[in-house]
Amino acid sequence: MQEDIRIYVEEAPGQRREIMAPTDMGLSLMELLKASGYDIMATCGGMALCATCHVEVLAGPALPEPEDAELDMLETLPVVHLGSRLSCQIRLTPRTDGLVVRLAPTGA
Amino acid sequence: MSTPISTDICIIGAGPVGLFAVFEAGLLKLRCHVVDALPQPGGQLSEIYPKKPIYDIPGFPEILAGDLVDNLMKQIEPFQPTFTLGERVEQFQKLDDGSFQLFTTDGSEIHCKAVAIAGGLGSFEPRKPAVENLEQFEGGRGVHYMVRDPEHFRDKKIVIAGGGDSALDWTNFLANVASDVTLVHRGTTFRGAADSAEKVKTLAEAGKIKLVLNSNVTHLHGNGMLKEVTITGNDGQAETVPLDCFIPLFGLTPKLGPIGEWGLEIENDAVKVDTVDYSTSLPGVFAIGDINTYPGKLKLILCGFHEAALMCQGAFKYIFPDKKYTLKYTTVNGAPSM
Repeated sequence: MQEDIRIYVEEAPGQRREIMAPTDMGLSLMELLKASGYDIMATCGGMALCATCHVEVLAGPALPEPEDAELDMLETLPVVHLGSRLSCQIRLTPRTDGLVVRLAPTGA
Repeated sequence: MSTPISTDICIIGAGPVGLFAVFEAGLLKLRCHVVDALPQPGGQLSEIYPKKPIYDIPGFPEILAGDLVDNLMKQIEPFQPTFTLGERVEQFQKLDDGSFQLFTTDGSEIHCKAVAIAGGLGSFEPRKPAVENLEQFEGGRGVHYMVRDPEHFRDKKIVIAGGGDSALDWTNFLANVASDVTLVHRGTTFRGAADSAEKVKTLAEAGKIKLVLNSNVTHLHGNGMLKEVTITGNDGQAETVPLDCFIPLFGLTPKLGPIGEWGLEIENDAVKVDTVDYSTSLPGVFAIGDINTYPGKLKLILCGFHEAALMCQGAFKYIFPDKKYTLKYTTVNGAPSM
């Protein structure tokens, strides 16, 4: 049994919500955010095909590099930021403990 | 405009669940017509991931998405379904006798006794950038989200925005059609096909097009018709340029589309159903697969198959309220036929 990790969601400037996440269920960040009540469409279900789970990584541990499918999808978006990622492509593992993210506005 | 198609159940969506619904309907001697906006059957399995293996189809330890579609097409063949592919069902009307009339984008007309919506993710529509008064210039007033007919842009002054393949390809193509082409990209690099990116750079160096990097189109101006756009650099520098057409090309994103406007009860962009028979709030209209929602919903192909079977029972009762149906196993009845 692995210990739970902490993920932080910046809901407003300076206002972060802490979410405990298990790491032994193979969850993606998108799945965690959805389960935590955030308004994320995640229409494609986690295949990096719709970009409706777009988040901005603000701080935290270094994440594995995005794969081509994710980079291609991010490329099509009208607005991206330095830390833009598709949350469906971020696996929650002990190494993602302390990650801070902000949800991108719907449709961006 | 062709002659109207007449059938028992019109299935909207030719994905795996829509296709399997043909089989279950066929067992009840109900004929099906299947409509899909994509030009081939299979939905996202064919369009997006035909070579990806699926591991949770009962009886198949591993099967490629494309092969599953081929198998389903073979499985439903005995029931002789008919198809309208490459057209989207746009309008929908319930007639006084409880039957339905459907019209597609290309004017095809379908008359059916029940409707099964198996629309999956919905239809793929252009992603719109967050520019304030964009909608004001849609519908032939200067903003185009796709290039349907390149001739429309002949000798026009156009601004294309985007950094993906379609933005690159259309910039290259329209460079020879339009009088003036500007490509605006928020970044500096292009991930699209290397040769189209190279071609865009060559055209820009030769002065045939204008390439504006690190910038976004931020404002649209015009009185009724689009006249000018403001292009703002990431450094805050803004420039307003005159134009005839603005073409933002930011890929496609799945949207519920016209289904959302048919008066059905919708929740979180999905159609609410009763799990007894996957009926919607409108009698005679059913919704199965990823497009529906109910407590405990799982977006799995195998769940969609189950929903298809129960939906057909409901459709049968709706079409023949006086007939009694008894379940017969395919093992008893032998090879399926109409």
